[in-house]
Amino acid sequence: MKSRWLILALIAVAIALPWGFYDWQHHRHDGFLISVLSQTGMMIILALSYNMLLGQAGLFSLCHATFFGIGGYAMVHFLNAAGKDELPVPMEFMPLLAGLSGLGLAILFGAMATKQRATAFAMITLGIGELMATAALMFHHFFGGEGGVTTDRMIDNSLFGLTYSSGIQVYYLIVAWTLIAVALMYFLTLTPLGRMANATRDNYERAQFIGYDPRMVRFIQFALSGFFAGIGGGLYAITYEIVTFDALAAPLSANALLMAYIGGTTVFGGPILGAILITLLQSGVSLLSNSWLVYVGVMFIGMVIFAPSGLAGIIQAHGPIQRAGRLGRLTLPYLRLVVPTLALLLGFVGLVELMSFLTIGAAQDKKLVLFGSAIDVHATMPWVVASVSLVVGALWLRFEAAGFHRIWEHLSAEVRR
Amino acid sequence: MTALSLRDVRKNFGPTEIIRGVTLDIAPGERHCIIGPNGAGKTTCFNLISGRFPISSGEILLNDQRIDTLPPHKINRLGLSRSFQITSIFHRLSVFENLRCALLWSRGYRYSFWSPLWRQKALNEAADRLLEDLNLATRRDILAGLLSYAEQRALEIGMTIAGGASVILLDEPTAGMSNTETDYAMALIRRVTQGKTLLMVEHDMKVVFDLADTITVLVYGQVIASGPPASVRANRAVQEAYLGALEE
Ligand SMILES: Nc1ncnc2c1ncn2[C@@H]1O[C@H](COP(=O)(O)OP(=O)(O)O)[C@@H](O)[C@H]1O
Ligand SMILES: [Mg+2]
Repeated sequence: MKSRWLILALIAVAIALPWGFYDWQHHRHDGFLISVLSQTGMMIILALSYNMLLGQAGLFSLCHATFFGIGGYAMVHFLNAAGKDELPVPMEFMPLLAGLSGLGLAILFGAMATKQRATAFAMITLGIGELMATAALMFHHFFGGEGGVTTDRMIDNSLFGLTYSSGIQVYYLIVAWTLIAVALMYFLTLTPLGRMANATRDNYERAQFIGYDPRMVRFIQFALSGFFAGIGGGLYAITYEIVTFDALAAPLSANALLMAYIGGTTVFGGPILGAILITLLQSGVSLLSNSWLVYVGVMFIGMVIFAPSGLAGIIQAHGPIQRAGRLGRLTLPYLRLVVPTLALLLGFVGLVELMSFLTIGAAQDKKLVLFGSAIDVHATMPWVVASVSLVVGALWLRFEAAGFHRIWEHLSAEVRR
Repeated sequence: MTALSLRDVRKNFGPTEIIRGVTLDIAPGERHCIIGPNGAGKTTCFNLISGRFPISSGEILLNDQRIDTLPPHKINRLGLSRSFQITSIFHRLSVFENLRCALLWSRGYRYSFWSPLWRQKALNEAADRLLEDLNLATRRDILAGLLSYAEQRALEIGMTIAGGASVILLDEPTAGMSNTETDYAMALIRRVTQGKTLLMVEHDMKVVFDLADTITVLVYGQVIASGPPASVRANRAVQEAYLGALEE
């Protein structure tokens, strides 16, 4: 019930947000916002489709961007064909074609990869990813080499008479397709295939003895996940009108993993959270800092160690306490974590930034500005302050965390009774 | 006609022969118990019959059809289902989901990604009925991994019989259970395997002599005796090799 409202709220925000930042004087949308939101939509599809493998089928794939990328490249060629009136498909259905391209490639590669399990599967997918990345640089006809391929999305064929000349129209197309893809992926979790994917994740062997070929389950799951990734890539091509090597290379595959994992692989909506968070960080923090990847990396490691079920897992863990009406008793313990956490973060971020300005920043001739005043990265003081903040924060947080843990355990035990 | 038959089945692991020429015929509807000391190869026999391992030589027939070259899922689809000595369930799925999964193939759902499970009334009712049968109805929505040991064993049996297989293989279903739990489990097994062919490995002699129509004694990968309980009990070789040590 509650999650239904949450979903409706998210959809409402997605639809309304651009208008909150509308420039009424110049009658213009905030281009940056639209681009961040569009990116978020694609990343939600990418992360969720990746989680069809990682979270739902227990398949650790390292080539998911391959299918996103192929969707993108194919879309460029579809749009070019449509622009020449060779492909009479309205824009609104185009992402479906991109999805089918992803599906086709995923059938091919899935047949190879899903014959193997665990580490061997991961290695094969790594190989597939590298293979495709190399292919993208070699086969100019389709991939356009280093420069990628470009297109023009104004194909003048729309169900609603839209031109898709403006970012906002494309954005709503993305919203629509994201909703469709998310709904379909959710539906899949409620079908025999989706359930058997969970079963083969939990116990590969047992699935065989209830009549299922686990390799077939994984193969179909893999193929379908490629279909959705392809849709995401198609939307990417429509948005940027250019697709390069980046859309199918390993860093994007890693990003899919990062988003799914940080968001939480054990809950369906987890990767959505992860995609939103990482995209915001990517577009927000990357403007402020050269080192944003360091932060994402540290966050990822922290999650793997302290919260393997991700953000959604953390939220879900509060469920029983909340249902028992005892959530209030966690307020104070949480508040006590705030100051030491801030100190730790400040110290860490301070050190990272100081270091980065000492090296990259100097090369780019940038100055570290904090609270409105420039900071001399060669002075001792900032380094001492950051280090002390980091160490004190860490020790203090350890102490507070132990206290929090005790209260949490106590509450959980109480609730269970 | 036999429900299941093994003809001079052998199995090597590396240089050592673990199953050394087992021949066995099990009639339809028979309750057949395999007994034997630890390491005799009882579980390995089950692994060979159910297709988990390939055999080294010999023949295995299910309803007069060769199955020794088939993979486990195909053997299962032909109507042979097994349980595991070490509980083998889907830990992160609910008890209900475990049973429903075990029902899917036999009800023709195959790899369907278009039929919504919540709308499959007959399927869901069958899973719920099975829950009742196993006395697990109150645990319906709990993760299977969180069940007690005895409950997990019951679930294991439930998953084994769910698909309606005509030949059921149970590997030490009562191992590690208390006396009352054993009694309960045996009543359950009798109930759910009614009219089916049952092949069961069991250590508890009371249970074996209570239940079995036929007993086979396996020692070092060879059958040293096979027949009705009375004749096996009277068999000298068995008494020397095995039973004497067990029965006080
Ligand atoms: N996969 C395997 N690889 C090598 N040896 C095995 C394997 N499985 C079983 N064995 C050996 O086969 C023998 C019989 O084991 P098992 O069938 O489990 O005995 P039982 O079930 O009668 O106690 C044991 O000596 C065991 O070590
Ligand atoms: Mg055994």
